[in-house]
Amino acid sequence: MKQEFTITVYTENQIGLLNRIAIIFSRRKINIDSLNTSPSEIEGIHRFTIVINETEDVVKKLARQIEKQVDVLKAFYNTDDEIVWQELALYKVSTDEIAEKVKVERLLREYGARAVVIRKDYTVFETSGHHEETDKLVKVLEPYGLIEFVRSARVAIIKASNGFHERLREFEQTDPGEDVIENEYLGKQGEVFTM
Amino acid sequence: METLEITKDKTALAAKVTTSITGSQAVLECFIAEGVETIFGYPGGAIMPIYDALYDYQEKLKHILVRHEQGGIHAAQGYARTSGRVGVVFATSGPGATNLVTGLADAMIDSTPLVAITGQVFAHLLGTDAFQETDVINITTPVTKWNYQVTDATEIPAVLAKAFYIAKSGRPGPVLIDITKNAQIQKFDYEGYITCSHIRSYRPKPIVRKDYIERAAKLINEAQKTFVLFGQGVILGKAEKEFKQFVEKSGIPSAWTILGLSALPTDHPLNVGMLGMHGNYGPNVLTNECDVLIAVGMRFDDRVTGRLDKYARQAKIIHLDIDPSEIDKNVKTAVPVWGDCKETLPLLTSLLEQKCYPQWLQRFKDFQKEEEDVCINNELHPSTEELTMGEVIHLLNELTKGEAVIVTDVGQHQMVACRYAKFNQSRSNVTSGGLGTMGFALPAAIGAKFGAPERTVVAVIGDGGVQMTIQELGTIMQSEVDVKILILNNHFLGMVRQWQQLFNDKRYSFVDIASPDYVMVAKAYGISGNSVGNREQLKDAIAAMLHHKGSYLLEVHVGKENNVFPMVPQGCSVSEIRLK
Ligand SMILES: Cc1ncc(C[n+]2csc(CCOP(=O)(O)OP(=O)(O)O)c2C)c(N)n1
Repeated sequence: MKQEFTITVYTENQIGLLNRIAIIFSRRKINIDSLNTSPSEIEGIHRFTIVINETEDVVKKLARQIEKQVDVLKAFYNTDDEIVWQELALYKVSTDEIAEKVKVERLLREYGARAVVIRKDYTVFETSGHHEETDKLVKVLEPYGLIEFVRSARVAIIKASNGFHERLREFEQTDPGEDVIENEYLGKQGEVFTM
Repeated sequence: METLEITKDKTALAAKVTTSITGSQAVLECFIAEGVETIFGYPGGAIMPIYDALYDYQEKLKHILVRHEQGGIHAAQGYARTSGRVGVVFATSGPGATNLVTGLADAMIDSTPLVAITGQVFAHLLGTDAFQETDVINITTPVTKWNYQVTDATEIPAVLAKAFYIAKSGRPGPVLIDITKNAQIQKFDYEGYITCSHIRSYRPKPIVRKDYIERAAKLINEAQKTFVLFGQGVILGKAEKEFKQFVEKSGIPSAWTILGLSALPTDHPLNVGMLGMHGNYGPNVLTNECDVLIAVGMRFDDRVTGRLDKYARQAKIIHLDIDPSEIDKNVKTAVPVWGDCKETLPLLTSLLEQKCYPQWLQRFKDFQKEEEDVCINNELHPSTEELTMGEVIHLLNELTKGEAVIVTDVGQHQMVACRYAKFNQSRSNVTSGGLGTMGFALPAAIGAKFGAPERTVVAVIGDGGVQMTIQELGTIMQSEVDVKILILNNHFLGMVRQWQQLFNDKRYSFVDIASPDYVMVAKAYGISGNSVGNREQLKDAIAAMLHHKGSYLLEVHVGKENNVFPMVPQGCSVSEIRLK
């Protein structure tokens, strides 16, 4: 069964790595729903957050392919209930239009929005949350002439993770512990790879 | 400047000063430190500084000027395959670099360790559509294990150390380093070469876990109809001895993938033959009967498995592989034995009971007998007037006694050569397996000879494939490379014709390929040659080729419409293999 998975990848900060990771998906004709790159909790180590809709079997194999890249330290994948995540959305509307027709205050409160910029000609609101929520405000603002809308990629925190500090120390040793190179396959009897 | 101030000792100061070298010199110094002896390459504008430096290194580094960069990289592959070392190739930017792509893809899928160095335009011109600028890094990303663009000479020693380490460690593969012209020219203080042995984000070898070894041993000890499939992992891991001990103690019949060929001598009593589409009858059929299937350093390619949902469904599969992403990729594993088979095989062997399976082995022999009666005998000892490819290989075996390196191209002759060639030692079979690159054999044979100069190298090539890289005859001529070129000319693109015959109602669409007079072509390059088409002359002609001092081209006219059998038709299960 296909479902939403968030893949978290810890990498070296290397030019070209984004392409190397992206083509692992495109080669298999898998669409990336959202992709974010950012620093991680460790200086010099980058963190990719990739959202796709696929079966667990496919995601598991994608994670292995990602981890196989020389500059990748580790790839995790999680279902939505295993993470805390947010997306940021910005909305630009005509200030006249909403001052006149919508009770701005009510809007802000109801949708947890915040005005980032208020100018004579336009106003920019910001919300964050899951896209179901941020999308709702789009619907509300559309009748009032939504000029621009943009939503960021997902950023996610893995609930069960203790961060990467410990693991990095292991990676830095020439003889790592079992945790670094773990065999996650034993006992998992999933389907044959079909992508 | 800093180093000058802090260095008080005069001799040390002198040493520092004299090690100011250019990026180009650094590349060559690193090669020497890494033990490189042979480079295959082709010069051009963006790599000229490296070639200029090479002028002074001719004593220490042998450079083979090829006729096309594709020839250069296939030669480097052939070199790597016979020598077990990293193959090295040079190319210029733009067209030089794009000509490497086929070879990189081939090396990637066949796990061949290579370091390719490409020249690139000056760093300040990157992205301006400068003359001969192509985005080599992005073009080659999917077909390299790692690639990197150097824009500053100071990076060169560390990057090259990393390149060699990545190319040869773990599951080997091609690495490309693109060096901008300014970095090649730039002078810097070279402080010597430090080999790389650890990259924190890179784990070439998974940790071997005892519990998996124990589980695998238990399965094997309890099984009745065990079957071993071995691939190139045995050769790449330099674990031929360990593998032989494993097979002999366990007594398990063993079959090879096309790249595993020669890891176990052909005549070994437990070597039951070839797997896959044109493999042997028994190994294919009995794949679907065995109870435990042990895959060693192979990746369940579709040419081996046939239809996946009907592949060894009854068997418990033990998969030994160094690459974690191979486990469960195509075939569901019962026990994954992650790790380098040089380490895992002895551990496993030590836990096995000494066993033999006379009845089970007899099954393979029975199938072999049937295959001999229906197809092998006709191929090796034909009663037809026309020559068969099989009888040519059979005579070659007789004359070389299994000691030659055989390099094959792609097509019917490849399948026939791999099916019938005999090998006594490892690293004797060089072929383009995963990518099936026509044009591979002639240049790869050049490299194979440099990789194993003391051995006889025979390139077995079709009349189609030889015309793809025939320009490398120029390399053979100029560098006096002693390779024997055996063209099996069926006057067709045979493998495609066979499919058209069997599956497209004999609609022979553009497979009728004309050939030049190969003997005359060879002669134009100063290479001796001969062409034969009848049985009486065949053996002497092959013997003459083998005994000739230096390179030699022998064309053998074989039957035009012979087919390679057995065959697992595409989309069929391995047990549906056809003998005719
Ligand atoms: C570069 C490349 N182009 C096309 C093919 C497809 N192909 C596979 S086998 C074959 C025919 C090879 O003919 P020939 O070299 O005469 O060998 P034969 O099969 O007759 O032994 C072709 C065209 C290929 N493998 N590689």
